[in-house]
Amino acid sequence: MSATAEPPTGARPAAPGAAVGCWLHGVVRSAGPAVLAGITGMDGGPVRAVPGAGLVAVVSAAPLAEYGEEPLRRNLEDLAWLERAARTHHEVVAALSRAGAVVPTRLATVYHDSDGVARLLAERAAGLAATLDRLTDRTEWGVKGYVGPDAAARAASGGARGGTAVGGAGAAYLRRRRAELTARDEGQRAAAEAAATVHEALAGYAVAAHRHAPQDRRLSGAPTAMVLNGAYLVDTAALSGFTALVAALAGRHPEVRLELTGPWPAYSFAEERPPEPARTLREAAR
Amino acid sequence: MTTTLAPSSADDPLAYRPVALVDLLDRVLAAGVVVTGDITLAIAGVDLVRISLRALIASVGALTPPELREAVGPGPEGPVAGGGQGGA
Repeated sequence: MSATAEPPTGARPAAPGAAVGCWLHGVVRSAGPAVLAGITGMDGGPVRAVPGAGLVAVVSAAPLAEYGEEPLRRNLEDLAWLERAARTHHEVVAALSRAGAVVPTRLATVYHDSDGVARLLAERAAGLAATLDRLTDRTEWGVKGYVGPDAAARAASGGARGGTAVGGAGAAYLRRRRAELTARDEGQRAAAEAAATVHEALAGYAVAAHRHAPQDRRLSGAPTAMVLNGAYLVDTAALSGFTALVAALAGRHPEVRLELTGPWPAYSFAEERPPEPARTLREAAR
Repeated sequence: MTTTLAPSSADDPLAYRPVALVDLLDRVLAAGVVVTGDITLAIAGVDLVRISLRALIASVGALTPPELREAVGPGPEGPVAGGGQGGA
């Protein structure tokens, strides 16, 4: 609805004195011109390399009128802007990850100028290089688990059984409702337990694992609650074993419906993390 | 050298799907390396997730009347880390 939200066409003539920052997409070991030339950055512009300390940061031009602190804060609350930014950033990171390891940057990391980006490379070179080593020849896979259709069916049949009992209509309704709630709680609990088992098995196979917070059902659009939102860093060479394991776990645990997403650039493993105490993380089921 | 999961049959739990925005936001807002220095917006990751999800939920919530949300039952409320979740 605002004119600034329109994607610019072609080169935007920068007003004299208009400050342009650097949207940082990620850090790689090297980025040849051929790779960069095929990538579209923020606002449809090109991406460019900022080298430093033996590494390369890949950035887009980010006019501060749109990407400065105040506009950025506002824009992040605008869903259309957020989605466009997230998808563009992701396309850049994904293109880089197809060419080699990349340390992706969190969304909306905007430096005032490329000197700031070069300073970052100099200051964090050792850590970034170690992360690149850790991510080389590995991809991230997502496994989401929802309360399975079995559990949902149990809830429905439990409710139906309750409805056949003798008593007044009001009492029957209450019994049915209670039975539904009990069955749903049981389904949720069974699914949450299965999710923990599935995560443990996948984490055992993967190089690293991380549980994201379960997605709100209004956002996931799923018919049942999410009980697992896992991310797994998998050796490219071991991928078929991983997908086979997911399929086996799905067969073994019908109380949870599994969904595999990927390959993802290793967003969830870009930070050095201590080993995951997965079972102590916030669980969906209560 | 793109690794692509082969599209699978409809009843396969591993059916391949395009990138969903909500999955993407889990990663670009709550994951990814956090850097410091001369950046324009230095807010904590959780804040970033919260303000963005406010936009998301507001947009979804506008389509879903509250009574309908109640009817589907109390799910895990949101990927919002930390406090600020309204109790009933």
